[in-house]
Amino acid sequence: MNFEEIRDFIVDTFGAGVILETKTDNLQPYLVLQAERLPEVCLQLHDNALTYFDFLSCITGIDNGPEAGTMEVAYNLYSIPYNHHLMLKVRVPRNTAGEPMPAVPTLSHIWRTADWHEREIFDLLGIYFTDHPDMRRILCAADWEGHPLRKDYKLQDYYHGIKVPYDQHNENSGFRGEPVNLTAKPDNEFGDKREKPE
Amino acid sequence: MDKTGEGGVVITKLDDLLNWARLTSLFPMGFGLACCAIEMMGAYASGYDLDRFGIIPRASPRQSDVMIVAGTVTFKMADRVRRLYEQMPEPRYVISMGSCSNCGGPYWEHGYHVVKGVDRVIPVDVYVPGCPPRPEALIGGFLKLQEIIRKETIRAPRAVQQIMAKRAQQGQPVADADSLS
Repeated sequence: MNFEEIRDFIVDTFGAGVILETKTDNLQPYLVLQAERLPEVCLQLHDNALTYFDFLSCITGIDNGPEAGTMEVAYNLYSIPYNHHLMLKVRVPRNTAGEPMPAVPTLSHIWRTADWHEREIFDLLGIYFTDHPDMRRILCAADWEGHPLRKDYKLQDYYHGIKVPYDQHNENSGFRGEPVNLTAKPDNEFGDKREKPE
Repeated sequence: MDKTGEGGVVITKLDDLLNWARLTSLFPMGFGLACCAIEMMGAYASGYDLDRFGIIPRASPRQSDVMIVAGTVTFKMADRVRRLYEQMPEPRYVISMGSCSNCGGPYWEHGYHVVKGVDRVIPVDVYVPGCPPRPEALIGGFLKLQEIIRKETIRAPRAVQQIMAKRAQQGQPVADADSLS
């Protein structure tokens, strides 16, 4: 099956409304799907004997920035017996500070690979995957603030009392020389060291 | 003592004896964080053989004198590094090995996850530059540390001095030697 045949298969099974956008003029054509219908489409692509996408190669999270106001998740599917490739995308609105995170349904019940991939995207980009069995940070510390791969990410000033940014490094930290009295030889090297009565 | 039966007398200072004992049996803690640890292991192994200097890695911080921070210190690891350092008995020393643990290295600007120098977490005695430093450089770091230890004196222990200096810096009344113990 080539890309057009897979797209027709999805349209025949789920109707044309599930595909929001089709892009074919690039090296790797992709389909943009409705986020809320992603799991049922993927389950069909995985289970159906015609497509049999048994391998989830990669999931990528993308932050398009505050101007665009969207975030994307890209799924690269592969069928080992048929040697088919397919790239799917979902696009969700981007949240600003204080708003709830954008949510995408999880695929971890279809491909176990998705479990850690989705946790990584949650950790670094702040996209929540609904119905995920274990939605925690995977790389950053559990009490880290913010999501580092966001375009508008700002470093926190301190983490557990450690200054985070590099600025004024030489003034704030680094080797400043030891006090002389720490390592200097005693003034009177061979003097009488016995304590004397007053 | 020689075999003539006349006997001999060795006179030294207790300071020098203690320092000599310490600086010729530096036991580093056996832990590494990144690629610098590979060079550190190479320095331990037969090619460079740190055992020549009495340097043998120990498996427990309680038995170690020196901590080699060999590699990238992430914020997640910083808490652990601090805890391991606190478990080491005095006198204890720290060698910061490689650019990452010296100042953040290649992650200095955009590495949100890297501590910009392990000296923001624990006090460092010797910095070994390099990315990663070759075993010769690590040996050079150990020789520098031996120089530091050779200058020490039990009349002014570094640990006590550091506590006094810290108190003076914070404006607290500096206690005299009797009330410190």
